[in-house]
Amino acid sequence: MADIRSVFAGIKSPNPFWLASAPPTDKAYNVERAYKAGWGGVVWKTLGEDGPPVVNVNGPRYGAIWGADRRLLGLNNIELITDRDLHLNLREIKQVKKNWPDRALVVSLMVPCEEQAWKAILPLVEETGADGVELNFGCPHGMSERGMGSAVGQVPDYVEMVVRWCKQTTRMPVITKLTPNITDIRQPARAAHRAGSDAVSLINTINSITGVNLDTFAPEPTIDGKGSHGGFCGPAVKPIALHMVSEIARDPETAGLPISGIGGITTWRDAAEFLALGAGNLQVCTAAMTYGFKVVQEMIEGLQNWMDAKGHASLDDVIGRAAPNLREWQHLNLNYVAKARIDQDMCIKCGRCHIACEDTSHQAITAMVDGKRHFEVMEEECVGCNLCVNVCPVDGCIDMVPLAAGTLDKRTGATVSADYANWTTHPNNPMAAAAK
Amino acid sequence: MADGLYADGIAAGRLPGEDYEKNFADLHPPLDGHEARVEADRCYFCYDAPCMTACPTSIDIPMFIRQIATGNALGSAKTIFDQNILGGMCARVCPTETLCEEACVREEAEGKPVQIGRLQRFATDAAMQAQRQFYQRGAASGKTVAIVGAGPAGLACAHRLAMHGHAVTIYEAREKSGGLNEFGIAAYKTPDGFAQAEVYYVTAIGGITIERGKALGRDIALAELARAHDAVFLGMGLAGVNALRAEGEDVDGVENAVDYIAMLRQADDLGRLPIGRRVVVIGGGMTAIDAAVQARLLGAEEVTICYRRGQEQMNASQFEQDLAASKGVAIRHWLQPKRVIAENGRVTGIELEYTVLSNGRLAGTGETLTLKADQVFKAIGQSFDAAGLNGSGAAVALTGGRIQVDGEGRTSMPKVWAGGDCIAGGDDLTVSAVAQGRDGAESIHRALAG
Ligand SMILES: Cc1cc2nc3c(=O)[nH]c(=O)nc-3n(C[C@H](O)[C@H](O)[C@H](O)COP(=O)(O)OP(=O)(O)OC[C@H]3O[C@@H](n4cnc5c(N)ncnc54)[C@H](O)[C@@H]3O)c2cc1C
Ligand SMILES: Cc1cc2nc3c(=O)[nH]c(=O)nc-3n(C[C@H](O)[C@H](O)[C@H](O)COP(=O)(O)O)c2cc1C
Ligand code: SF4
Ligand code: SF4
Ligand code: SF4
Repeated sequence: MADIRSVFAGIKSPNPFWLASAPPTDKAYNVERAYKAGWGGVVWKTLGEDGPPVVNVNGPRYGAIWGADRRLLGLNNIELITDRDLHLNLREIKQVKKNWPDRALVVSLMVPCEEQAWKAILPLVEETGADGVELNFGCPHGMSERGMGSAVGQVPDYVEMVVRWCKQTTRMPVITKLTPNITDIRQPARAAHRAGSDAVSLINTINSITGVNLDTFAPEPTIDGKGSHGGFCGPAVKPIALHMVSEIARDPETAGLPISGIGGITTWRDAAEFLALGAGNLQVCTAAMTYGFKVVQEMIEGLQNWMDAKGHASLDDVIGRAAPNLREWQHLNLNYVAKARIDQDMCIKCGRCHIACEDTSHQAITAMVDGKRHFEVMEEECVGCNLCVNVCPVDGCIDMVPLAAGTLDKRTGATVSADYANWTTHPNNPMAAAAK
Repeated sequence: MADGLYADGIAAGRLPGEDYEKNFADLHPPLDGHEARVEADRCYFCYDAPCMTACPTSIDIPMFIRQIATGNALGSAKTIFDQNILGGMCARVCPTETLCEEACVREEAEGKPVQIGRLQRFATDAAMQAQRQFYQRGAASGKTVAIVGAGPAGLACAHRLAMHGHAVTIYEAREKSGGLNEFGIAAYKTPDGFAQAEVYYVTAIGGITIERGKALGRDIALAELARAHDAVFLGMGLAGVNALRAEGEDVDGVENAVDYIAMLRQADDLGRLPIGRRVVVIGGGMTAIDAAVQARLLGAEEVTICYRRGQEQMNASQFEQDLAASKGVAIRHWLQPKRVIAENGRVTGIELEYTVLSNGRLAGTGETLTLKADQVFKAIGQSFDAAGLNGSGAAVALTGGRIQVDGEGRTSMPKVWAGGDCIAGGDDLTVSAVAQGRDGAESIHRALAG
């Protein structure tokens, strides 16, 4: 059985699955249930500075988008950081860590962007015996209006400054949680790295409005006829999160910086993909909020099963394995030619591939042959774009078949070359380097 | 005299050769990968899932379905086998419409439950086809356990005991293992030799010896087994058949449905298996339906089930009744057998009396009806044959003719446990036999360890 024990930024956990800082980690009751269900670690719901806690709205905090069968695809929230007393939280953290020494317990923090505020809270957390802190520079709503959360995360200089204060003050590992509401995710990651952050975690939620009530003209979720933008998470954000994780993983300036992958992780497969693109561990929020803590069993077991089947003995055999295969567009092989091929036995003749190609692409799929409804790829027109594969309702019915070197590409009339050649050397590129 | 379909009396080869294969093909063909994903996607991953509560072996249904949805069919199979090592057979034979699928919240929501049985088959097939074994024999405990009967109860018990490291010997009266999985279940529910493949899969864990052709009471005695082993588990099923109590039932052509089905299940060539042109089946349970449906599939022209009570009282589920109707079986209610009519020692018809319920008691009205029949199948229930317990019969107490057990499957005799159809208070289902075999093994293990 594959060994999925994890050490992330020096923090040990029996598996790489942590609950992200959010309602599932808001108090001892939830966290202990999560540990019982098998979660390897948690990042405690973000704590704020000492004093009267923040308040939440007393109406809907969440909005959502669904698939046709009400499968939850994306969740949006306007919740703030913890609304419970700081010292109550700290007492619980201490007790929970004592009860569960083998699990990771990291404490998320968000206090005003002042040195004193950060330096005041860190010793209090240290005293609980927690394994580390996560700096919440991500929250895109509510707290950001008060100059915290993403308001800090969007300014790399602030990120660097706060991380520096924290590193000066505490011996605990510091994880910097990044907001995706930024153009180039590498900038805040580099800033955190420069300041000595032990790791970064991403993504926090994405600014969003999930819908508008067309009777009341109020955005959802609606509080007394008004709405506010919220933070979007869940399965729908996974592609964005994967991209951001990979950007940092392959950035030479942050090489070796551990990344905690977050955003839409719902199954073992999602988790494996994050690991492959360079995440050192995983954090989950929406999947737990949708299905309960038991989902982690599927993730653990599925990940192990896949690793066993592929002969990966430990997480290190997986982490970052796909990162080197991620390249800039200009380095993709332009001599690679693939053509769509429809398996006529599997085709149910819905015509979606044809109309997608005919109306919106390259007119490369027939609709009628010899007076019969028949869908077949015309190789002389097919550019190999993959649209038909993506719209076909039948799994595996359309294949993208690479042309072997030496065969004729009927569309261009050229013979497929075995050599690798990319845009940087292409004759149409005005900046092309002279062929050697 | 006409041949083939219209041959009078009891005759073989009523159908063209290829029809047999078609008729006895899989009742619920397996889902392909795409179908399984689409179906799995319908599951809500319910909390404290009602389907799971309804399953006698408490399989973690939401989890195994989620594992199918995430492309982890082998992991899914393990989730199933953790609770039910005969999950492959149960996927085929469980009356899901009265178990998990009846409880599924989507049955409540839209009258269309998640097809749990077929998904279970998808996962278990994947593991069995890959010959993937998930369990290892436990470190040898030095204890030995004797099991009587290699049916679902005995096999499930043996597997769990082997996991705990106990050495198991199963004594099986027949020459073939599997119990009713091999000899009773309708052929179209478990085609292609699945029952034997499953026996092989279950016993591949090691540490299980099956002694075939060894019957308790004939070749071995219970007292002796209890002396020679640390524990004994009785999973003997129901070897007896209830009598019709109709006048003249001892003539040719009046047969026990279970015996006929056993013959059918063992036939190499169904075309050579004789069946009546006009068949009457007496009974209202699963066996009656199976006998009637298979009679039709063998080419019987007229098949009538006669049940002495109403439709609501039938033990066969609505699904089973609809299946019979779809195969052209007529089901008649409120009729009880009175007299078998015979000529030259062969049945030619059966006289039945109409019945009514009066003050909660079933009574004949005196009015009768006669149906022509070349063959009459008795499917009015099996009974436990206690003769095999002889020598120590006094020590094993019975209730209502079956073995009395406590909540852990212990009989009244020290060191002896029992489970499956042979115990009192059961519901005569494969899946319940598996649950009782498994739980009996756990109880035995606790006793041996303690
Ligand atoms: C025709 C028919 C159809 C059925 N269809 C279904 C169905 O579709 N779905 C479902 O869930 N259930 C069905 N059932 C019920 C199901 O088959 C039983 O509940 C289940 O097989 C019980 O398992 P068991 O291990 O207790 O007994 P059995 O399967 O009866 O196994 C008992 C074993 O013990 C052996 N044995 C008996 N006496 C002795 C002895 N003295 N010494 C040694 N060995 C002995 C027998 O040979 C047999 O192998 C059906 C039953 C019948 C009769
Ligand atoms: C209701 C809710 C509250 C959240 N609160 C916090 C928070 O207090 N601190 C924080 O760092 N992230 C918070 N998040 C963001 C999550 O930790 C996580 O980064 C995000 O939901 C993406 O992961 P997911 O797709 O698995 O949900 C919250 C998310 C939700 C849904
Ligand atoms: S999820 Fe619980 S707290 Fe939230 S609205 Fe529903 S019942 Fe109330
Ligand atoms: S979309 Fe797929 S199924 Fe539909 S016609 Fe095209 S190939 Fe056939
Ligand atoms: S009751 Fe139905 S929907 Fe709910 S977990 Fe069971 S199979 Fe899935």
